[in-house]
Amino acid sequence: MYELDYAKPATLQDALAALAADPEARPLAGGQTFLPVLKQRLNRVSTLLDLSGLGLATITRTADAIEIGAMTTHGAIAASAEVRAAIPGLAKLAGWIGDTQVRNCGTIGGSLANNDPSACHPAAALALGATIRTDRRAIAADDFFLGMFATALDPDELIVSVSFPIPRCSNYEKFRNPASRYAMVGVFVADGPAGPRVAVTGAGQGGVFRHAAMEAALAQDFSAGAIADVATSAEDMIGDIHGSAAYRAHLVGVMARRAVEAAQT
Amino acid sequence: MLTCSVNGTSQSVAVEGRTLLVEFLREKLGLTGTHVGCDTSQCGACVVHVNGRSVKSCTMLALQAESAAITTIEGLAAPDGALHPMQAAFRDHHGLQCGFCTPGMVMSALDLLAQNPQGLSDREIREGLEGNLCRCTGYHNIVRAVSAAQSALRETDRQAA
Repeated sequence: MYELDYAKPATLQDALAALAADPEARPLAGGQTFLPVLKQRLNRVSTLLDLSGLGLATITRTADAIEIGAMTTHGAIAASAEVRAAIPGLAKLAGWIGDTQVRNCGTIGGSLANNDPSACHPAAALALGATIRTDRRAIAADDFFLGMFATALDPDELIVSVSFPIPRCSNYEKFRNPASRYAMVGVFVADGPAGPRVAVTGAGQGGVFRHAAMEAALAQDFSAGAIADVATSAEDMIGDIHGSAAYRAHLVGVMARRAVEAAQT
Repeated sequence: MLTCSVNGTSQSVAVEGRTLLVEFLREKLGLTGTHVGCDTSQCGACVVHVNGRSVKSCTMLALQAESAAITTIEGLAAPDGALHPMQAAFRDHHGLQCGFCTPGMVMSALDLLAQNPQGLSDREIREGLEGNLCRCTGYHNIVRAVSAAQSALRETDRQAA
């Protein structure tokens, strides 16, 4: 790791002021992706601003939504009785990221801001129609993910929380890379206030995406059978050492059917 | 300056911003029981407890542990050298061969049992240790050791109650 300074702002305002004052400063959430990147010297920062002192590790249930603070760990989301009761698919997704130790550190805000094409959280945010609240605005998940590692966030903008409307039912199925545990294909399905939504991660060259044809079929009939014949084009799929584009396209259908079949209310 | 508690002893040590927690433990404090295997947060040889929860100390900055209570493998045995029940179970059940992964295995296993007081099946133990790699044993004896430690720790708790 290159030399860097470490600071732990006590308030969101302090963190934002530090980011605004120094374009080379970067926020540090759980660090489970960013610290390895820094260790490999793929990136260089002047100061790491540790966001763990801002009081953002919270989970709140309102009448029709679950609001999760940006610094909430995957482990805390997976273990939350409120999340498990209201959005079982999200608790399952969080409990399936990495391993216990990674889940004890990694955060939902960090995952969404990084938008790794194989990360799990973007699929939940997109399928559940989440709203990403930042220090300055609210961004709909549909407008947030702009392709691999790209989001609508300004360089000095921080996620504060994520609000998930509570769906009628939800589920997540993931075909894991056996070594990294990242999704080779992950499919989140939800039947929520805006109708059925299907989001796919790990597969698309442009990162997480919604599967419009499956959503249309599920709107007619929310069953695994309804999407059995819905095709997934291999054209925009990732093809790599772990699986070809055609293989991933096939997996999208398999994962989606399994997810719908076992979707929980 | 990093101030924290390591195995019950207060420490105040100057560290760089980029110093990893595992570097602090090994190089500043000489606690070399915590190992660096892959250095990419996959193998789990570096697992320690920070405020009671297991973390991979190669993927955490030392300064993130400010004011924290850290426990390493050196902090488990009794002052007279008597092994912790988890350590004893690894020895009794031959849960190691070369021993490189063992400190991380033991620390992860303790967190796993602490988080699951209802008790775990062998399969759940196996899954719960997915963040720790062992290239010698094939894991069978590790799972046996953790299961035996689970029974031993329950017996200790029962007697204490």
